[in-house]
Amino acid sequence: MSPLDEATAAAAPAQPANTDGYNFAYLDEQTKRMIRRALLKAVAIPGYQVPFGSREMPLPYGWGTGGIQVTASIIGPDDVLKVIDQGADDTTNAVSIRRFFRRTAGVPTTERTEDATVIQTRHRVPEVPLQAGQILVYQVPTPEPLRWLEPRETETRKMHALQEYGAMHVSLYEDIARHGVIAKSYNYPVCVNGRYIMAPSPIPKFDNPKMDRSPALQLFGAGRERRIYAVPPHTPVKSLDFEDHPFTVQSWEESCALCGATDSFLDEMIVDDQGKRLFVCSDSNYCERRREPAGGEGAL
Amino acid sequence: MYVALKGGEQAIDNAHGWLAEARRGDPSVPEISPAQIAGQLSHATDRAMAEGSLYDPELAALAIKQARGDLIEAIFLLRAYRTTLPRFGFSAPVDTSRMTLERRISATFKDIPGGQILGPTFDYTHRLLDFEGAAPQPAKQAEEGLSDTMPRVLELLDAEGLIEPPGRSAGGEIGDVTRESLEFPARRDVRLQCLARGDEGFLLALGYSTQRGYGSNHPFAGEIRVGEVTVEFEPPELGFAIELGDIRVTECELVNQFAGSATEPAQFTRGYGLVFGHGERKAMSMALVDRAMRTEELGEAVTAPAQDQEFVLSHCDNVQATGFVEHLKLPHYIDFQSELQLVRGLRRAAQSASTAVIKEAAE
Amino acid sequence: MATDTTLSPGFAEPVFAAQHTFRAALMALAHPGRIVSVDPALEAPPPLDIATAALGLALLDHETALWLDGRLQTAAAYFRFHCGCPVAPVVGGAQFAMLADLRALPPLAEFRQGSDEYPDASATLILQVDELVEEGPLQLSGPGIAGVTRLGVGGLAAGFWRDWPANNAAFPRGVDVFFTRGSRLCGLPRTTSVRS
Repeated sequence: MSPLDEATAAAAPAQPANTDGYNFAYLDEQTKRMIRRALLKAVAIPGYQVPFGSREMPLPYGWGTGGIQVTASIIGPDDVLKVIDQGADDTTNAVSIRRFFRRTAGVPTTERTEDATVIQTRHRVPEVPLQAGQILVYQVPTPEPLRWLEPRETETRKMHALQEYGAMHVSLYEDIARHGVIAKSYNYPVCVNGRYIMAPSPIPKFDNPKMDRSPALQLFGAGRERRIYAVPPHTPVKSLDFEDHPFTVQSWEESCALCGATDSFLDEMIVDDQGKRLFVCSDSNYCERRREPAGGEGAL
Repeated sequence: MYVALKGGEQAIDNAHGWLAEARRGDPSVPEISPAQIAGQLSHATDRAMAEGSLYDPELAALAIKQARGDLIEAIFLLRAYRTTLPRFGFSAPVDTSRMTLERRISATFKDIPGGQILGPTFDYTHRLLDFEGAAPQPAKQAEEGLSDTMPRVLELLDAEGLIEPPGRSAGGEIGDVTRESLEFPARRDVRLQCLARGDEGFLLALGYSTQRGYGSNHPFAGEIRVGEVTVEFEPPELGFAIELGDIRVTECELVNQFAGSATEPAQFTRGYGLVFGHGERKAMSMALVDRAMRTEELGEAVTAPAQDQEFVLSHCDNVQATGFVEHLKLPHYIDFQSELQLVRGLRRAAQSASTAVIKEAAE
Repeated sequence: MATDTTLSPGFAEPVFAAQHTFRAALMALAHPGRIVSVDPALEAPPPLDIATAALGLALLDHETALWLDGRLQTAAAYFRFHCGCPVAPVVGGAQFAMLADLRALPPLAEFRQGSDEYPDASATLILQVDELVEEGPLQLSGPGIAGVTRLGVGGLAAGFWRDWPANNAAFPRGVDVFFTRGSRLCGLPRTTSVRS
């Protein structure tokens, strides 16, 4: 077990279901069934937001209740769970959520992306490419990609129904007219399977290409807004752009100060009062693995 | 050399430890008990029950203690607890005309059958801080309860055909916003549910706005009642109703400007509010906003925020609202990093564009 | 009503069995045409196959109306007891439908299709078939499939595959299907194209 896993286990030792009076993974079976039915429809209609009866959870709305409800409905004792926030396993909310599942489901947890069967994430896609059989659960604050153009749900639902996305294309083109580029650096809208425009969640646009034709299943949960959606494996996910202004991803002049990576998303750290800056991989596990001596302690 | 620290676990544990200390406060001061909160700060427990959608004064008091008096935090605790409770059906509608009244007033008539009963109210107090209140008060004897069969003022108007009949849900359907996704347009039963558990401050402001011209409907307080009603439930196996217990509620029926058209004679219209516990401000605000949201149904134009169903219902839940507002405290440095890059890039592009212009001009 | 003393038991361990069965269904729909197994230990009452019964136990409850075809009428008592689900009197009223009489399938268009605004409000069909094999004559493509997946489904009238492109064309509306055989199942969401 990694030191982080050991610390998590010590802090909240795994308990068999029902000693707390709570069901396995906290949710009651009826709630799980309701969410499971929504998930099946979501997979059958890639990119479409399925309304669901989101429950009040012990964590606040906006802090991952949708992702937690999805994970709680799919997870079982055979799973290995990884939870990340901003790409790192040890950010406070990731720690809190991992503890929640350790306490209510007793499932083994890991930091290693390759070893996880279910990965719950806030705002990043892991750098290591996902494999068939893995499930990535995204925490979503605002599931409606058209919300900033149109605040009314009654209207946006019609736009999706009729595939009337003109307002979105106009808005992106206005960015180009004003700034010379599409000024969206995260939560960059995508088109799924050539039909629904979808909000990928606030991942940096750097991560959008990872969603396209991934071998893994991608599930999205928005608890406060009560929506679930999905992208099946091997499904085209195309970031919106124009022929004369194709989609591009971010890049850095710097490389990771710890592991030297030039191909990962870098966090900018201010390290002293003079404003000195350091750039470090956001994906903490990716960075750590690159720094392991070959054949070292990384083995499970 | 920068070293990534992994202190997340420890930081959380330390924070929880400090919270427990802060909650207790000065150990030389007696610890407050839930019984004291429920007994002497009952408006706080009533609000927690109303917006927590859970009637249990002791649990509400416990939640308030755990939340250090932060009522929205207490409401959150109650809601999270409520989620885990099994449910086995809907009660019969409570019959507020059979309420054991503590308080009952009407602004529409000088006198009404049964009389105006002020009950325990702040209404006519002079808001002067009572410094003697800091010292213990001698207990007073409770007075006799009132008759529990006082006719409702609005029923008197209804008998004359002057007011629209009370609402009925189509097909007897009852929604449950805690188990189904809220979709628009929402039926009135669903809207009322949202309002009953909605934030008092938000609804107060919206109700106030309707009195100041943002969708005005000139309301009158037909009747406000506070007292205990009996909750009944009919188990399918029995085929008759059994009493589960009594709860205190506050009910407000507002009488609004008469609607009428070329084909229908003028009638007063209703606004309705009902909350757990003693909560007049909330029940009245709820009734004002209920009436405002019926605008379209009554053939009027939607012009004001309080009339905009989607706006009101999407934003009146304070647990949702505080979750999302406060989630801004969570790390967002990835997206911020993306924005930083974007802004730096745009500025660089703008600078090299203006440098090019200057160069051209110089040549 | 006479008590049914021969009612078969449901899941031995409902929480974990439902989770396991759901994961099989999720994987089946996420990888159309891939055949997955559920726990073979369930005592499904004939004529229900184990996979059919398991899907019902995992997904049905008092909120889901179930329609059963002529051959599966006797299963109504089983699901009413274990799931509390209402039985839909007509095809169009069902959220879930279980069918075993493959020669007499109602046209797909008669099942709930959902609407353009709410395409999720559509029926899920569970078709109990005579045979389910990999590498069959059907060629499946679409979301969830890299390239083409081959599948063999035995016992279905040809009319089903003739109807299927219309179900594709109705997207986002349309029905989604699970095929079951013994303790195995595979999924066919409305997005999958099939060439026979």
